[in-house]
Order: sequence, then C-alpha cells, then structure tokens
Amino acid sequence: MKRINSQTDLENIRDTILRQRDIFTKNIRICNTGCRARKSLKVSVALSQEIKARELADTVAIKETGCHGFCELGPILVIEPENIFYCRVKAEDIPEIISETILGGRVIKRLLWQDPQSGPVTCERDLPFYREQKKHVSGNCGKIDPTNIEDYIVNNGYAALSKVLTTMSSNKVVDTVISSGLRGRGGGGFPAGIKWRICASAPGDVKYIIANGDEGDPGAFMDRSLMEGDPHSIIEGMIIGAFAIGASKGFLYVREEYPIAIEHLTIAIRQAEEYGLLGDNILGTDFSLSLGINKGAGAFVCGEETALMVSIEGKSGTPRSRPPYPAFEGLFGKPSVLNNVESFANITQIFRNGAAWYSDIGTQGSKGTKIFSLVGKVKNTGMVEVEMGTTLRKIIFDIGGGIRNSRNFKAVQTGGPSGGCIPISKIDMPVDYDSLREAGAIMGSGGMIVMDETSCMVDVARYFLNFLLFESCGKCVPCREGLKQMHTIMTNICEGRGEEGDMELLSELARFMTTASLCGLGGTAGNPVLSTIRYFKNEYEAHIFDKKCSAGVCKNLFAYEIDENLCNGCTLCAVKCPEGAVSGVKKKPHTIDIENCIKCGICFSLCKQEAIKVV
Amino acid sequence: MDFEQIDQVLQKYKYRHSNIISIMQDVQGLKNYIPEEVIRYISEKMELNLARIYDIATFYKTFSLVPRGLHTIKVCCGTACHLGGSDRNLDQIKRSLQIEEGETTADRQFSLETVNCLGTCALAPVVMVEEDYYDEVKPGRVEKILLNYRSDTEG
Repeated sequence: MKRINSQTDLENIRDTILRQRDIFTKNIRICNTGCRARKSLKVSVALSQEIKARELADTVAIKETGCHGFCELGPILVIEPENIFYCRVKAEDIPEIISETILGGRVIKRLLWQDPQSGPVTCERDLPFYREQKKHVSGNCGKIDPTNIEDYIVNNGYAALSKVLTTMSSNKVVDTVISSGLRGRGGGGFPAGIKWRICASAPGDVKYIIANGDEGDPGAFMDRSLMEGDPHSIIEGMIIGAFAIGASKGFLYVREEYPIAIEHLTIAIRQAEEYGLLGDNILGTDFSLSLGINKGAGAFVCGEETALMVSIEGKSGTPRSRPPYPAFEGLFGKPSVLNNVESFANITQIFRNGAAWYSDIGTQGSKGTKIFSLVGKVKNTGMVEVEMGTTLRKIIFDIGGGIRNSRNFKAVQTGGPSGGCIPISKIDMPVDYDSLREAGAIMGSGGMIVMDETSCMVDVARYFLNFLLFESCGKCVPCREGLKQMHTIMTNICEGRGEEGDMELLSELARFMTTASLCGLGGTAGNPVLSTIRYFKNEYEAHIFDKKCSAGVCKNLFAYEIDENLCNGCTLCAVKCPEGAVSGVKKKPHTIDIENCIKCGICFSLCKQEAIKVV
Repeated sequence: MDFEQIDQVLQKYKYRHSNIISIMQDVQGLKNYIPEEVIRYISEKMELNLARIYDIATFYKTFSLVPRGLHTIKVCCGTACHLGGSDRNLDQIKRSLQIEEGETTADRQFSLETVNCLGTCALAPVVMVEEDYYDEVKPGRVEKILLNYRSDTEG
C-alpha cells in the first residue's frame, strides 16, 4: 500500500483498484452490521465457505457491508450486477443461492420480498421502500465494505478532500458551507457554516474539531448506521472542517453501546493514516490533523455539546451555561467546532458535488436530505433517507408501507425526548426544521417512531419524562426538580390518581423549564408533554376523569376480557397464564378472573383469534 | 486483582488525567466491575483525587462498583421497544429471576440491567443476553430465552 501524496496519486490508486476488480463477474453484498442482531455473521461465514468450496473465489466477490436500511427484513443479501434482493436469509439458504442464482441464473422466489399487493419483487431498486428514497449521505451504506478504505476511494472517496486541500482557501471552504445552507443534523438545526465562521475567526492557535456520535435519543439509530456503514465519509467531512477552522486535532465521541461503530471508525482512522489522508502533511500538503475516539460511558446528557466536551476532558459530563459559546471557548478552553456525525457526512457530499447541487435539494429553509430511523408500528422499519420537505405521509405510508396488523395510524414521534407527537391531521406536513417546530415537535437527530391505537399517548409522555428524570445531571434546579414534579403528576395520571388541574399544572411546569433550564435537556423536556396535551387532550381527560386507558397500556386503567364470540377454546391462554387467571373448558369460550390477572399481556400477545379485548 | 494489568492500562493512556474515563472503561473490561481497591490504586498511581474518580464512577451508567453476574441481561427500553412492550418483558424477567433491575441473582448467574437504546429499534422490542440479541420479544418468550443460559454453570 502506498501513501497518497497528491491528487494525481489519488486518481491513480482509484484506477488501479478498479482494474483489479474487473475480474469479478458477481458481487454479493451482505449486511454485517445491523443484521448481526439477526445472525448475519453465520450467513456470511457460510457464504465464504461455500464460495471457497466451489472454487468461485476468483469470479464472485463477497462484500460485507453496513446497513442496507431495510432492517425489518434482515439479514439482507444483494447480488450484483442483477440487483437481486434476498431477505431473511439463513445460513442454510446459502448452498441453494450459489447453485440456483449465482451459477444457474435463477431467482429463488421464497427469498424475495413480497409486495402485499403485487407479489414478489426481484430487484432492490424496485422495492417501494427504496424507490421513494434519496440516498445521498447514506448512499455508501450497504454498498461498500466499511472496513476497506479502497472501497471508499473507488466510490469517489477523499476526492472532496483533495479538491479542498489543493484548490481552496479555508475562507472559501466556510463560504461554501454557508452557501450550501446546511443546518446541523444533531437536532437544533443551527447553520453549520456560521458556526465554522465564528470558530475560524476566533483568536487562538489551538482549535479542535469534534464529531458527536453519542446518539442518545431512544428510537434513533441513523448515526449508528452511518458510523458503521460509511465511517470514511464522516472522517473526510471532519478533515475538511478542521482545515476550515484551523484545527490540527479532532475527536470522535461515540456511544459505548455501539461497539461496531467504534471498531469501524478505529479501522477507518488507521487506514486513512496509512494512506496519508490523516496525520502529518495530508495529501502532501502542509495541512496535518490527528483524530482520536472517545467512548461515551452511558450518559444521555453528554450528547449536549458543552457536556460532551467536559466528558472528553475526563470529568463527569455536566453542561455549562453559554455564552461563551464553544466556537470561542470549547474543549480545554480552546475554540472548538462540534457537529453531529451526519452533518460531517453531509459536508463530504457538499464538497464532492458542489454547494449549488446541494442547495437545490430540499426546501427554502432546510437543504439537503435527512436520514431517519423509521420504527414503531410501521410495516417497513429501517433507516431511510429522504429529501427535506418530503411529507410524513410519503415516509410512513409509501416508504414505510403503512401501519402493521391492519391497525390505524395515531401519531408519529420525532426528535426523541426533546421532540413531540404529531397527529394524523398533520400527516401531509412537509418534514423540515421549521414545519416540525411549528407542529410542536423538532427534527432532532432523526428518530421517527410511529404509533397506532395500541399506543397510549399519556404513557408516551410519561415514558420520556421518566427517561429524562433518570438522565438529568442535576446541575440546575429547574430540570432536576421540574422533571421530578412533572413525572410525579404524570405517574399519578397513568396510575389512576389524576386530578382536575393536572394538565394545566403540567403545561405551566413545562413552559417554566423551557425558559429556566441550563441546557437543552431540561429546555426541551416539556415538548413531549405539551405536544400530547395539544393533540391528544381527550386521552388525558379519559385517564384523569374516566380512569380509562383505551390503548390498554396503563395497567390500573383497563382490564382484559375474552370475547366469547371470538374465543375458540384453544386453551393456549390458560396454559400460558403465569397466575392461572384464565379458566375454561377445551373448545369452549374461556374467561379471565380479573382479581388474579396481573395484566402481563401474555394471553393478549398469544391469542391467534384476537379474542382478548381491552376494556 | 492483578495490578500489573492495571499498570498496563495506565501506561497505554500515559497516566493522563483527561484519559481517566477511557482508563476506567478498560479497567472495567477486566472484571466487568471496578473494585474499590482498584479505584484507590488508580487514584494513587495517577495522582488524581479519589473523589473525582468516584464522581465519574457514579455519574456514568456504564460503571459498576459491585460484581456482576455471569450473564448480563440488557432489556432495551428505547422508545420503539417501549411501544412494543419492553416493560412487560422486563416484568416477566424480574418475576422469573426474582430480582429487580440493577441487581444480580443470589447464585451470581444473572444480572439484570435496562438500557436506553441499543440502536436496533427496527427489531423492537429487543433483549440482549451477553452478546446475543433477541428481537421482537414477547413476555411469553422470556422463559425460553433464559433457559438458554440457565444450565450454563461455568465460571
């Protein structure tokens, strides 16, 4: 392997790699990050063994990639050049895939995705899940081997960096980011270029560039997928950022709960150093940058920028008041720029394709694309990337395929514990920073959790308060005490002790915390409560006044009952009930003894007749 | 406790105070918890205030000052898992093992923890035992999952 010392070197190495790869007639891409939870490693091992055993290693390439996006269907395997998409692949399927598809050229129908309307779909690109997406930032995920820098280089990797370092001044770089219109992908949506400009012009020789990969929002895994599936795109963006602000040292702060992301970033940094793309005299220029990785240690508040910096300094991560802003006084007291990892991957896109190309995508106030983790009660769960301004309906119904189990859409939660719940009446709303804020939610990092009628909106609000209560660092009183009080009121409501005036008190506390809290954690903590009171007031009223939870979530406020017209007496519920609360004769309708029922939900989840009802 | 291994960790991070979190993560990796004697040892060797190390050990959720069981169960309580019924799975595990979250069974076989989000939301609700993921878990499946580890008496 050779150190790359110039733009010409980079182009030459790309040509060489391409020539070496000409020999392969087939390329099998298999997800080995997200799909590991579905035992994709076994599939991968079986695949390598079979290829070897049949002496196909010279013609068939195996690519262990990052996330393909359609996680619901994992493990996913795609065969190129035909673009055949196989899902839920098991190790036992491999010999058949090799003989039938690779050697025989025949498609195995049972491994294809089934469109509920039109039947099996052969090609990945024809799946509605992918067809409606715009995969720019996550375009390499699922395509390249994230542990092999050559794969990234072949796909135009580091070309943007090369252009920046050889043809642009740092001022020009900042101008380009400003004109692209990129807003920070971490949640707040602050214009990235403005932040860079402030830091670039701040006095001082020592500056830092920091990537936030501490994806703490529950229900969000876009950053994980990006770090695992295309680590170099983040690193390339960081190097460009470091050049723009004049930093020679940078840090990636990544959650400890993401071991694969840490592993892939570590490999990527080492490979970039070996190729002369990190370290001293990058690409033969005067510019140098070293990057290190810090593992988060399980504190949600460390996703907040000042807390994150304190954590890198080796202290307990509590935020501090701003100003001074980190762009003036950040890590170790030096001017620092901190962006989300997805923002850095966007930077790479901007310099690869140009600011004009970038700002043509999206809406007036929100440029580019956004990656979401589409999860919850939607049929097609996974990682999706869409143009800013795409409607919620398109994301949830066209890409997501609608709601599971023929149930109805109730709400979508965006922005994690800082966000809000958006009801059906806003389903045609374009998804961008400003529309979401207007609707009482926020873009956040990109979690999009879909809910149906079995989700209780009061419980969802209580869930987020509980989460934040636990994660609040306790430094400032409004957050520490406000959350405690709100959580107490909310728990009372959910457990049947709600009183008149609770909603008003909750709203007042939420608004107070917004104004008085030290950081975003407390400052946005009221959003889930305010947005659910705004759109789902009737559910609060049912909990407080009627003591009813129609979704069947709040245990004190509902009971299970067996519909005798639907029950066929299969006895499954009676056998599985841990409390022996179900009784009845075989092939005759059963009954539940409400006194003994602990509402564990086992019978409800097992009944194939859907005879168990929430009353 | 093998203090030589701890010395190696300290050397790897050059005794730098700003590296204390990484040092403690590596040290915890040795025994899956950090004994008090080790905290005292690190404090002395690094010339770093004991209170600061204790502060970090109790602020960050990852650190444990008490021994954990042979198998650590992590019940993901992220939003998608919560909607999918992770609370009920958690209740069922608690009933089965007769412990609360954060506790270890008397026979030191299982420790029960909850995590904010494992980032496998598309497969919710998720329970992790050691390095094994179990996806779309229902309360009725809990017993079967635990059975995979119950007979395991090594260690």
